[in-house]
Amino acid sequence: MRLNFTVNGRPQEADDVWEGESLLYVLRERLGLPGSKNACEQGECGSCTVRLDGVPVCSCLVAAGQAEGREVVTVEGLADFARQRACGTASHGTSLDEARQWQAGGADSRTGEGTELAPVQQAFIDAGAVQCGFCTPGLLVAADEMLERNPNPTDADIREALSGNLCRCTGYEKIMDAVRLAAARQSEGV
Amino acid sequence: MPSHKLPAASAQGQPTGVPTRITQGSGTRGGIGESTLRPDGTLKVTGEFAYSSDLWHEDMLWGQILRSTVAHAEIVSIDTSEALATPGVYAVMTYDDLPADVKHYGLEIQDTPVLAHGKVRHHGEPVAIVAADHPETARRAAAKIKVEYRDLPVVTDEASALAPDAVLVHENRDDHHIGHVPHPNIVHRQPIVRGDVAAARRRADVIVEGEYTFGMQDQAFLGPESGLAVPEEDGGVHLYIATQWLHSDLRQIAPVLGLPEDKVRMTLAGVGGAFGGREDLSMQIHACLLALRTGKPVKIVYNRFESFFGHVHRHPAKLFYEHGATRDGKLTHVKCRIVLDGGAYASASPAVVGNASSLGVGPYVVDDVEIEAIALYTNNPPCGAMRGFGAVQACFAYEAQMDKVAKELGLDPVEFRQRNAMEQGTLMPTGQPVDSPAPVAELLRRVKAMPMPPERQWESSEGADVRQLPGGLSNTTHGEGVVRGVGYAVGIKNVGFSEGFDDYSTARVRMEVVGGEPVATVHTAMAEVGQGGVTVHAQIARTELGVAQVTIHPANTQVGSAGSTSASRQTYVTGGAVRNACELVREKVLELGRRRFGPYHPAWATAELLLEGGKVVTDGGEVLADLVDVLGDEAVEVEEEWRHRPTEPFDLRTGQGNGHVQYSFAAHRAVVEVDTELGLVKVVELACAQDVGKALNPLSVVGQIQGGTTQGLGVAVMEEIVVDPKTAKVKNPSFTDYLIPTILDTPTIPVDVLELADEHAPYGLRGVGEAPTLSSTPAVLAAIRDATGLELNRTPVRPEHLTGTV
Repeated sequence: MRLNFTVNGRPQEADDVWEGESLLYVLRERLGLPGSKNACEQGECGSCTVRLDGVPVCSCLVAAGQAEGREVVTVEGLADFARQRACGTASHGTSLDEARQWQAGGADSRTGEGTELAPVQQAFIDAGAVQCGFCTPGLLVAADEMLERNPNPTDADIREALSGNLCRCTGYEKIMDAVRLAAARQSEGV
Repeated sequence: MPSHKLPAASAQGQPTGVPTRITQGSGTRGGIGESTLRPDGTLKVTGEFAYSSDLWHEDMLWGQILRSTVAHAEIVSIDTSEALATPGVYAVMTYDDLPADVKHYGLEIQDTPVLAHGKVRHHGEPVAIVAADHPETARRAAAKIKVEYRDLPVVTDEASALAPDAVLVHENRDDHHIGHVPHPNIVHRQPIVRGDVAAARRRADVIVEGEYTFGMQDQAFLGPESGLAVPEEDGGVHLYIATQWLHSDLRQIAPVLGLPEDKVRMTLAGVGGAFGGREDLSMQIHACLLALRTGKPVKIVYNRFESFFGHVHRHPAKLFYEHGATRDGKLTHVKCRIVLDGGAYASASPAVVGNASSLGVGPYVVDDVEIEAIALYTNNPPCGAMRGFGAVQACFAYEAQMDKVAKELGLDPVEFRQRNAMEQGTLMPTGQPVDSPAPVAELLRRVKAMPMPPERQWESSEGADVRQLPGGLSNTTHGEGVVRGVGYAVGIKNVGFSEGFDDYSTARVRMEVVGGEPVATVHTAMAEVGQGGVTVHAQIARTELGVAQVTIHPANTQVGSAGSTSASRQTYVTGGAVRNACELVREKVLELGRRRFGPYHPAWATAELLLEGGKVVTDGGEVLADLVDVLGDEAVEVEEEWRHRPTEPFDLRTGQGNGHVQYSFAAHRAVVEVDTELGLVKVVELACAQDVGKALNPLSVVGQIQGGTTQGLGVAVMEEIVVDPKTAKVKNPSFTDYLIPTILDTPTIPVDVLELADEHAPYGLRGVGEAPTLSSTPAVLAAIRDATGLELNRTPVRPEHLTGTV
């Protein structure tokens, strides 16, 4: 089947999609967006978390066909998404004009120094919340959505919001630090 | 199945997702001792960092492995015809298609068949492999392979494996352990005998016995086993792979492909965690075989179900202990017997036995010991390396024993441990002196002195916050039946490879001027698995060479071995190699400077010279030259192996020998709250104090301690691979049924880092990664015992153990 949907503000089309493919598979293998990770394929680990019309979902459990005509935000589009939210230009997703302006952001060929990041992405780096990093994309999408809803979360709020995202490296302490840091910077307007 | 649309960005003929150099530019600060940020951090938070499962190549095929559905059986027949006839399938291979005389591999003992031959020895053993143009096509084709099995009896524990009529897991063993084991279903046996236990036993006022069970834990790294094999024009293959040790893989892969090692090129792809589970080969050989057979790139990615079968686990264990002590609280002796279940193949079992035995008494002064550790061959899943490596199981048992003895003597458990704590100069049961700081009593003092978390934290003006109570959002209690308990534990772990292993690392360091700035490039084969080794290498280069810009070259086999990313060894050994290579580069740079500028300033010949801030300076602080001018157009490069001090094997009869390089210590205090009616546990806080010698990157060090602590928490209260004792089949190979701690299960983990330098180690550092995984588990168990008054001799603890329903 052919699939038409919007990914990170850009209209996307995928042909020859087998009906059994997940949204995660189409993003990773057909659209060249491997940022969303596949670690369990049964909705337990959250590594594949993306936003579907604004709602965080495990993209491994979404049949690709269910994304038809809808808007998806992945970790690759998180920085743009956060910037537009900060500018107040989009509720979720991207306006048509902005979509036409959209350019792949992307890190340069070195460390990505100078890459513009969403506040939550920068906070993950600064707080040491990234080790192997495999859970990071899903956690970032989930944490960003939580901070959008709840700019001043308690620790229990953070733990509840991120309880669907497994991390095996960090023991979560630095992830807590990172989300607190992002919230603090957000409230200070940094 | 439809074919793929090509991602627009991919260049023809080149795989995408191949690692590139990462440069930290002048904006990055940080030599050793600073919390420098990861050079790959930005790539990892933008989704651009390519893991092994992200690799992509035009025209690539997907590989799939068919695994045995039974644990122990003869293979009567394999029929691949229907699978081969499936459209989209390019190859199906079985044992009969293996190209070389060598058909087995293994870390130490080459007992593992690349594909099953004649029989399978455990549930999930690879039997056949398929390559197809879509992963689903490959999966379905594999399912069409017909394998007829004739069941064999299974051996699943010590009693069945060592019974007189026990079926042998491996007939005709010819490995180097067979001569000293009492039964062919024992992989390796290590006794350790010191002093006179019989005499010491007579001095004991109390004697405490215990029998303990440790469940099978999984590494559960999040990035599944995966890689891409690309056939090369010279008949060789290039493998992009997530592993812990490229050169160890290479040594095992090349012979079964029938290729010389120089025709198997290996590059480290992005690694999504490891924790020991990538020390053994998984899909490496299978991907290479299919690539060479089809002439096309082949990618294999396990799903989570397969991952549970695709790597070894932590050895489950039975541990039998006897401790004696005098009334004044001094240990008289320890006897113990540790039975590790190695499963169907040897993997790292012999070394795990060495650790379990030599560290089996814990960080205590005990002059009279009798220890025996064995690893069994059974038809259970193969077990091997996991963070803590043999020391974890022992720590769980000896710390339970220490609490029991303290209770018997009426002593505070921390006080009792401190009275018996080893210190620098103490002799290990192996006779090896501990010749660097061993602050066991101090770590216990520190962890005990940390402020306690307030009682009844869940209470608020709006009622109980169930998220902070046992049972959490299941809303099973608002505080009724909830009892708090506190427990302590301390452990000892060796750092580096032991028992005489030639444990070296290689580093290539280059210094040159790029864009008007001096740049150091560090090239090693070290597997960055998340631990932050790349960060530390850049810090070392900055410290030693006085540069701001450091480029980390992708890890591959174009440089010498860096050894394994395990045994808490990489910062010590490859870090040591990087420092050593930097020192050699510095000497060459200074020679260059002396040649160029020596005649113009006497200090070049007379002063102690340093490289700092991009300049050559004297120890008095005088600037002699810019590195840019010293180097000019020249590049200075050194590749050099570096070794820590040698170790010795343990004597096979007495266990005596200087077997370990370095010891590391951590202590934990656990605070738990238990819903005693439902048997649910909430770990409220898990405080840790650890000596790290020197924290090269404090942020990463704390991250390692918290991560290791949490894996210990997991095996205390939830993590266990359940194997059916009748069939030896795995019952819970998924994240739905094998639970690892979520952020809601994990408490705050305050960490107190002590830095007492080990004069034998680079910068005085002590390996960090494993020690916190040891004491975390027994501390949680001790806290649950404290809350419930139950004996609890197994881990993980389940609700039924706390409610008296088993």
